[in-house]
Amino acid sequence: MKILRLSFIFFIIISFNHLKANNENMKNEITKNLRCLICQGQSVYDSDSEFANSLKIMVDKKIKEGLSEKEIYRFFQDKYGEWILYDPLFNKNTYFLWLLPLLIFLLGGAIIFKKINKKHK
Amino acid sequence: MKNKFLPLSIIFIFVIVFIIFYKGLQNTNIYIPEVTTNNEIPSFSARLLNSNKVINSSEIFESNKFYLLNIWSSWCIPCKQEHPFLIELKKNKNIEVIGINYKDTQVNANKFLDELGDPYDQIIFDKDGTIGIEWGAFGVPESFLIYNRNIIKKYIGPLNNNLIKEIKLKIK
Repeated sequence: MKILRLSFIFFIIISFNHLKANNENMKNEITKNLRCLICQGQSVYDSDSEFANSLKIMVDKKIKEGLSEKEIYRFFQDKYGEWILYDPLFNKNTYFLWLLPLLIFLLGGAIIFKKINKKHK
Repeated sequence: MKNKFLPLSIIFIFVIVFIIFYKGLQNTNIYIPEVTTNNEIPSFSARLLNSNKVINSSEIFESNKFYLLNIWSSWCIPCKQEHPFLIELKKNKNIEVIGINYKDTQVNANKFLDELGDPYDQIIFDKDGTIGIEWGAFGVPESFLIYNRNIIKKYIGPLNNNLIKEIKLKIK
């Protein structure tokens, strides 16, 4: 019985640690994708400014409240605008940005395809 | 056909790249927050400075009333510069001044108010800076003019004589 109880406690501790580690990973992931607005070229994760530290605490709070990653991004976007996100959203201002690499890729592919076709002929 | 297709596509790519860089040069990369907003104030609950009472934002801000929410800290030098203007604004009966004490200690905040005067009707104690985040603030000092639970205007940086005049005109 004692062993059973001990192993139960052990299991709880292990699963709690696991949960904590998951939250920590999610927090790191989110803060890496948030721009530190008062620092130049740094993410919230990289920065140790007062602003970034508050943001880290806020991300932690939101994760504990049970918000998903998307909901947390949405929260910060509502507060600070789209500029806070490193990953630009797919909307009418960014169509070009997202589609340009694909366009260049297709164009390059067409050139290569033409060249190979010509050689075969 | 081959002779035409290749140079044309290269020119096309160069033109696009040129346009992107040219446009990019014209935009500054420094974050400029929006100052004219018409957003509803955030809802939050927080502890007041010098009291253990936890208060909800809806208890602080009544509708049909003007408020100036000022984020300040004792360690912030520009806050000292704007403080006399807040005290002057306090004399106006049409507006209530609410403070958010940002990342400060109770002792230092009280010392600051004893030295320079207390223009605030209520002071929210924001020890970890998360209430500032709720307001979309990113530093101190920052002020928000509020009417009917809506943010009318955001003032980033210290208030000065001209801005106080502007606020007084708005709340007439």
